[in-house]
Amino acid sequence: MNRTFFIYLAPFILFIALAGVLFFALGKDPKLLPSAKLGKPFPDFQLPGLHQPEKTLSKTELVGEVVLINIWATWCVSCLVEHPVLSKLARSGVIIYGLNYKDVRSAAIVFLENHGNPYREVFFDANGSLGLDLGVYGAPETYFLDREGQIRYRHIGVITTDIWQNKLKSIYQGLIQENQE
Amino acid sequence: MIPELGHFFLVSAFAVALLQGVLPLWGASSGNAQLMAMGKTTAMTQLILIALAFACLVNAFLVNDFTVAYVATNSNSYLPDWFKISAVWGGHEGSLLLWALILAGWGAAVAIMGKHLPEELLARVLAVMGLLGVGFISFILFTSNPFLRLLPDFPLDGNDLNPLLQDIGLIIHPPMLYMGYVGFSVPFAFVIAGLIGGQLDSVWARWSRPWATVAWCFLTLGIALGSWWAYYELGWGGWWFWDPVENASLMPWLAGTALLHSLAVTDKRAGIKIWTALLAILTFSLSLLGTFLVRSGVLTSVHAFATDPERGAFILAFLVIVVGGSLLLFALRAHRLKSTIEYNLVSRESWLVFQNVIMSIAVVVVLLGTLYPLLSEAFGAGKLSVGPPYFNLLFQPLAYLALFLMALAPYIQWRRYQFVSAHRSLFLLAFISVILGVIVPWFYFGYVTWQVVLAFSLSLWVFLSTVKNLLGKVNFDRLGNGNGKPEILLSRSYLAMILAHIGFAVSITGIAFTSEYSIEKDVRMYPGDTLNAGAYQFEFKGVHTASESNYRAIVGTIEVTQNGKLITQLRPEKRTYRVQQSSMTEAAIDAGFFRDLYVALGDSLGDGSWAVRVYYKPFVRWIWMGTIFMSLGGALVLADRRYRKLRSKSVMVEARNQQFNVKRVG
Repeated sequence: MNRTFFIYLAPFILFIALAGVLFFALGKDPKLLPSAKLGKPFPDFQLPGLHQPEKTLSKTELVGEVVLINIWATWCVSCLVEHPVLSKLARSGVIIYGLNYKDVRSAAIVFLENHGNPYREVFFDANGSLGLDLGVYGAPETYFLDREGQIRYRHIGVITTDIWQNKLKSIYQGLIQENQE
Repeated sequence: MIPELGHFFLVSAFAVALLQGVLPLWGASSGNAQLMAMGKTTAMTQLILIALAFACLVNAFLVNDFTVAYVATNSNSYLPDWFKISAVWGGHEGSLLLWALILAGWGAAVAIMGKHLPEELLARVLAVMGLLGVGFISFILFTSNPFLRLLPDFPLDGNDLNPLLQDIGLIIHPPMLYMGYVGFSVPFAFVIAGLIGGQLDSVWARWSRPWATVAWCFLTLGIALGSWWAYYELGWGGWWFWDPVENASLMPWLAGTALLHSLAVTDKRAGIKIWTALLAILTFSLSLLGTFLVRSGVLTSVHAFATDPERGAFILAFLVIVVGGSLLLFALRAHRLKSTIEYNLVSRESWLVFQNVIMSIAVVVVLLGTLYPLLSEAFGAGKLSVGPPYFNLLFQPLAYLALFLMALAPYIQWRRYQFVSAHRSLFLLAFISVILGVIVPWFYFGYVTWQVVLAFSLSLWVFLSTVKNLLGKVNFDRLGNGNGKPEILLSRSYLAMILAHIGFAVSITGIAFTSEYSIEKDVRMYPGDTLNAGAYQFEFKGVHTASESNYRAIVGTIEVTQNGKLITQLRPEKRTYRVQQSSMTEAAIDAGFFRDLYVALGDSLGDGSWAVRVYYKPFVRWIWMGTIFMSLGGALVLADRRYRKLRSKSVMVEARNQQFNVKRVG
């Protein structure tokens, strides 16, 4: 066994590691680890609307109600998976704002035409400036804001029905009840 | 009855593939010529049996046999006949059967064309192909059998083919793509056969080159067809989405492109043998990985295919056996290979190695980007996608580097580059390219960006320097003598390189211009409204309804004028397919050499107005035109005299002697 043998073994070892990741992905439902950034105010922003480019939207839209802000894009295939869940939530009265992240306007509009629009309003963040302020990892991500416009919870990745029922629903309802007392 | 017959043929094909995988291998190791000869017979038999099974499935679609579950989910009696045939590979099970059919086809082709190969090698190559067949056919039989019946409660009519797939582009796209994917199994089989036998010299590279080239041509065309289909069928005006399914086909293409170039070094200079062998394994592995990613459901895609974790587990196991096994074999045997050539920094061999480095980086970029959702999940960061911003950022510099290498490529000789005064004009050409690279887009579009200038100047430079090189090789002295044709001293593989490189430059030009100068407008239009985009006026005339056997449609009419002159009338459609009740946007496109005008009809907004999308897409055709040049280049290599010469006896004797020597040394 000489040194070159181990060099030639490297592709095999890399492949086995990759196969391990694939196997892990295969057996698993997306179980997502949230990283909470609690209590920080949502950053100020000035962005055009997706459907009304001439209209400038800002943080004031979001303040006063408990809202979800969902970061999505048409290039993000996981967002397509999440979409029906968001639609169901919107129908049950959850207020969701969309942040269309680094996307093409026309593609995003067609996407919502074809799959339905769960968002009360969609902010169009073509160059990802708000995403940068928020420290977005990628899409999808969802922020939970209280009535004061503070970020109270951040969910990274797809929201599935399971995740909503078992975890996020109670967080959301906690925020709803909080200020009614 | 006929579906059962198909099932029977498939089971028989499995048994024959098993024989093909075992007997010749045994024969080769024991020196039994009869067993080795079984390779050819079994390869042909396997092809016939799978073709018969495939024909049975086609028949089930044509006669609307909805007792067959696969037919019931993917077809419908309303479907026109040609779509019924393409529906055979419109779903998971059938597309795998097509995969197996094509694999058997490549195996049979090797058996026929490889008569002049040394017996042992041919036997081992066919055995490896047979073992791949065993894996694929068992995957079909155990997890994805298209012949299963829905009895006794079968539906009276089928669920229909996914409307997105009811299209001419999708009739030919998958077979082309699979021809490419599966075609790389041949160079793979050559490497494995060589590693098993312990003989992997440069002659191996010469035998593999034509096979790798054909596979590459099909894959190039297959990918281009897919991109073209997405462009006109999805209604977004985009031609590449960095979708996992697209990336799955791009990775083997990038690796295959690297393989074509490294095979040249191994063939001509006996260099980088180990790398070339590894690359041949990796190219086919990436084809298999693509299949896994598309079929297992670990990544979600806009391309809606049935997915299933059980199937995923099966493919993963298959992947581990094939890829893991070959890489282990590689690790055990590769140190016996020695390349003994020297490299000069500026020489054709190092140029080809640089190309390989660029392509390898590109493969890693696509692989990481595609698997990012899985990796981030595995490391606990949630399921995330990186998307086009990542890919576009990283691909740009790689494309610029590749163009730079290409511009100089025809001038650089093997072994050592000698600067001659004639090459001084390359600087002049570079200068002209930069000037034109600024002026042309500036005049045509009114402004420039540095990305456009860089991409276009480099493309121009590749074009000019390549054409200059070509002209330099044509002997004009003979012009006017005899039949008046210049005597051309060019090998076909040289012409192939010229075509492929110019094709690449053409595609890059198309990509640069389309990305920067497209105009996209989404507007609400009442009948009679007009809209300006670029130099064109679009007038919305109104809508009417139309009906076909498989769908109803609302058809819009839009007149396009330029300076008051009528250019064309576009009729975008919004279709509702009868059976699945899903609606589809059918864009109307006025295609042109320098620009496409693209109109798609959105939703009715209630008060008689409609959402309309209007795109002006300059040079978008160039993207696909370039890929056609590239594949033509590949096709030319096949006609190269050197491959025909291979069949002459003297070369074969020489090749055998060489192998014999290697064996004795090894």
